[in-house]
Amino acid sequence: MILFVLAVGLSITMGLMGVINLAHGAFAMAGGYLAVVLINRLAVPYVPALLLAVALVAVLSVPFERILYARIYGRGELDQVLMTIGLTLMSMAAATYLFGPGPVTLKLPEALDGTVPALGREFPSYRAFIVGVGAAVFAALWFSFERTVLGAKIRAAVDNRAMAEAAGINTARLFTLTFALGCGLAALGGALAVNVVGLTPRFAIQYLVVVLAVVAVGGLGTIGGTMAAALVIGVADVAARYFFPGASAFLIYAPLLLVMLLRPRGLLGKL
Amino acid sequence: MNANQTRSTNFLCGMAAFLLCAPLLAQPLTVKVGVVLPFSGPGGDTVEREEQAMRLYMKLHGKELGGIRIELIKRDSKEPSGATTRELVRELIFRDNVDILLAGQFSPDAIAAAPVVTQAKKLLILVNAQASFITHLSPYIVRVSAASWQIAYPMGRYAIEKLGCKKTVVGFIDYAPGRDVLAAFKSGYEKAGGTLADAIPMGGPTAVPDFTPYLRRIRDQSPDCMYVFTPGGPFTLALARTYHELRMAETGVKFLGTGDATQDSILAQYGAQALGWMSGGQYTADLDTPENKKFLAAWQAEYGRDSIPDYFTVHGYDAMAAAFHVIKTLNGKIDADKAVAALKGWKHNSPRGPIWIDPATRDVVQNIYVQKVVKKNGRYGIEVLDTILAVKDPCKELAIGQCAAAAGKTK
Repeated sequence: MILFVLAVGLSITMGLMGVINLAHGAFAMAGGYLAVVLINRLAVPYVPALLLAVALVAVLSVPFERILYARIYGRGELDQVLMTIGLTLMSMAAATYLFGPGPVTLKLPEALDGTVPALGREFPSYRAFIVGVGAAVFAALWFSFERTVLGAKIRAAVDNRAMAEAAGINTARLFTLTFALGCGLAALGGALAVNVVGLTPRFAIQYLVVVLAVVAVGGLGTIGGTMAAALVIGVADVAARYFFPGASAFLIYAPLLLVMLLRPRGLLGKL
Repeated sequence: MNANQTRSTNFLCGMAAFLLCAPLLAQPLTVKVGVVLPFSGPGGDTVEREEQAMRLYMKLHGKELGGIRIELIKRDSKEPSGATTRELVRELIFRDNVDILLAGQFSPDAIAAAPVVTQAKKLLILVNAQASFITHLSPYIVRVSAASWQIAYPMGRYAIEKLGCKKTVVGFIDYAPGRDVLAAFKSGYEKAGGTLADAIPMGGPTAVPDFTPYLRRIRDQSPDCMYVFTPGGPFTLALARTYHELRMAETGVKFLGTGDATQDSILAQYGAQALGWMSGGQYTADLDTPENKKFLAAWQAEYGRDSIPDYFTVHGYDAMAAAFHVIKTLNGKIDADKAVAALKGWKHNSPRGPIWIDPATRDVVQNIYVQKVVKKNGRYGIEVLDTILAVKDPCKELAIGQCAAAAGKTK
């Protein structure tokens, strides 16, 4: 589920806007560190801190989009990769400077620190919380993209930008908004991941590969596809780690390979 | 002394008898010590403390050198592949003319630097690099840190002989040091008459995994002991978190690890999650010896009460102590062969207890402490349960694998 939250933001920026955004992990990391600062230093309660971190990263991403990303929309893939990976490296250095190279931790509220019974087994309640958040994000995104005017406009702008502009849609503003949404979701994933895999300045790049795999398997720009892919890869990964821990480093790429061979556009891809 | 004064001194010297003036002109003897460590790499905070420890040792013991000055030349080897270290070591030797090298955080660093120091005839004191066979790679390598077998092998025996483990599962991060620790622990465990129930590779060292499936696999086999090796820092932190989430402690399994699992500097971040964890390691800041108390007091006076040294820190401290011993013995005129000879059999009262360099292998001999995470006086700390005295690297003692093969090559 954490995979879904991390990946869906990237699926939006990459799939809908056509930007190869390798700085996605950097925005996720920013969300993680912001949550840590808010909770540990400013003593903001957990859930408001999470929302605040998401909002802040979304707002902060706007100048990035306006100043940097807006210039590379039409450029080639190499330019996009170079710029965004550069941003990632800069963000890692900045995080090291601000927070040190060591890991930081985040204290969970009591309610999320226990276990809940489900399906006859005890589950850590934090994991249950992440599943809940993932489901909520999925529902909200699906609804707003498929059932609202804004969603329709975004889809229109992606399909044919010139036509959408001719129809009176301000696509520049729309793209800024979409980008902010993607980055906000990245921040949410980053903040949630702190208590699963921890947070260091290397976070920005450590999980990029698996997140990219999820986006690729799911198909660019489809929320349902990303969800399905996150579930497939997540479950396959955990099962492989449990049953064949020696081979798990390779097995995670098996579904990727399979889907790419059979459906090169991803599970539900149409772009 | 400004230029004018220098000139007039020179003039006076010309006039007066040479012998009278020579001491005025003589520069203090300077020994150049090159430090190559991955300051900006993963685990940079630990590496930074190693350097802080070196500087602290210089500050506390500088007077003992009797006027010989040490110039520390620091280089950042950035990443653990060894390639950068090799280049930097070469540069320090041939361009900066260093006399002694302190390097080797990761084993590949030391392995890559070994042929360079052999050719150039320079003393290399290993700051960390724990793969056992490294000391065989060059006659100019001396290790003051530790060998992975030294840590894990005795714990394998201890698990059966003292802790009464009957069914034990090992989890390790799947890279060379992890496989080394596994082999050593397994060897000790089998020596004491046991067989490991399972050995679980827990992913590679590049990214911290979600430990849930691995710990589940351990839990579902209901062993009475588990032995875990991961690098310290983000890995152990995530491990503690998942260990707590899965309520592993309540299953009654005894958690054993290397010193990395109970690194002093991270205990406060674990909180209650790792209470009761046991480990076998070479140092803890809570060691109750006069030598360690003195070291701790000096450390916290210099770097503040929040800074906690761990075993890496003490490796750095002792590496500088070894360099001092060489400089003192050779009166500042460093020759690699004589330096290695001076270090062979060198005995030192380290904060981690008495250590000495085995003349046969140039490797450190030290105590291994069985440690337990406890809460005392409102903070999390380490209680030393037991001490395994004067452990020599068992890999070389038993001539296992690369340790034996490498030994044969250099003989």
